[in-house]
Amino acid sequence: MWKARPEDNKPVSVNPPQPAQPASPLAATSTTPSTPAQAPVPQKETPKVMEPHRADVGHIGKSVSIRGELTGSEDLYLDGEIEGTVDLRDHSLIIGPNGRIKATISARDLIVHGRVEGNVNATGRVELRKSCTLMGDVATGRIVIEDGAFFKGAIDIRERDDNEAKPETRKPMAAATSAGSGMSSGTGSGISYNAASGTQGSFLDPK
Amino acid sequence: MSSSDNLKRWFRGADAPQAKSAGPSKAAPRTTRRCIGLGELLRNLKSAGEQKLCVLDLGPTSPANIAFLTEMGARVFNEDVLRESQDPSYLVKQEDGSLQIDPSKFFVENLNYAPDQFDAILCWDVPDYLPESLVKPLVERLQVMLKVKGNLLAFFHAKDAGPESLYSRHHIVPPDILELEPIQGFRLQRIFNNRHIENLFKDFASRKFFLGRDNIREVLMVR
Repeated sequence: MWKARPEDNKPVSVNPPQPAQPASPLAATSTTPSTPAQAPVPQKETPKVMEPHRADVGHIGKSVSIRGELTGSEDLYLDGEIEGTVDLRDHSLIIGPNGRIKATISARDLIVHGRVEGNVNATGRVELRKSCTLMGDVATGRIVIEDGAFFKGAIDIRERDDNEAKPETRKPMAAATSAGSGMSSGTGSGISYNAASGTQGSFLDPK
Repeated sequence: MSSSDNLKRWFRGADAPQAKSAGPSKAAPRTTRRCIGLGELLRNLKSAGEQKLCVLDLGPTSPANIAFLTEMGARVFNEDVLRESQDPSYLVKQEDGSLQIDPSKFFVENLNYAPDQFDAILCWDVPDYLPESLVKPLVERLQVMLKVKGNLLAFFHAKDAGPESLYSRHHIVPPDILELEPIQGFRLQRIFNNRHIENLFKDFASRKFFLGRDNIREVLMVR
């Protein structure tokens, strides 16, 4: 026999039920429970602060620390620490201001606000924002560097396919875009070199 | 005058503590100057006919330089040597108790490239501001990293303009203009005269001097 559940006795809200939210913890929308026995009052439109990175992308928060291999088939916002490799292939990676990455990164597009130590391979475009520090070699189709970004390493602009869209051009100084026909990526800085040791003899001495 | 006095005179300010933070100056505006040496370096690069150019920029990261050089088809390497030299982890206590940068330690983590790798090196005025213990090892290393017939462009102050001789970030504005963005926190360490420069770069095949009206000597070295 069907037994009424306690919830069934609750008054039915006039408001239609909210659509189910995605299971992702990224969803920034909040579901306010409808108050029973209340006339439908037009609710105040609270401005939703929808951060673009939280809409449909995975999110790793700043307290998260990962060591190992990170792969995925969706866009990712990464604000924590990672040591190892990050492979998103055809998806975008945003490294937040708290992001501390010691990893080789493969993605389509990469936007860096935080700190990256490692080589970057991006088929699309790389953006280095003013707060970012990137130490490693970058191989990409396009690159945008904001004034104030710190970069140490090599930049290799990949040759574009003929069917690829013409790259945008921006004014230098504010944000520079480069899209030259480049060459295949290489590892330029991987060869060790015997450092000169000892104290310096003065180069002012007459020879 | 004794040789130590000479050294003190030439390397004035070498012992002065440097500012902890270095950043773009808000007060000092950007200035532009025509750079004959840069124009000649770019002409040399084009005439070399090299398809895969490798260019090393030793100044602070400049989006304009990276954009310009990659559009030329070059592979761009960037190392802010002066900023790295501020890292206290490279300091080693000397016999007299003073702290000095250990070049062998420094070059393990910086400018660690293969010999004969670069077609051009943009040194800017880094040698004028670099700690003394790094100057000669740096030049020796650059010479090894440069390809034969590769070009190195360096600037030297012709006279000490005091606090006005600020270290600058150099932005290339094609074809031969440089935009100088002052960066505070670094002090001019020394004034090289022409003989010092020739001694310092003695292993290079040729040296061309261009004296600007702003008391900057541009020197284009060819290995």
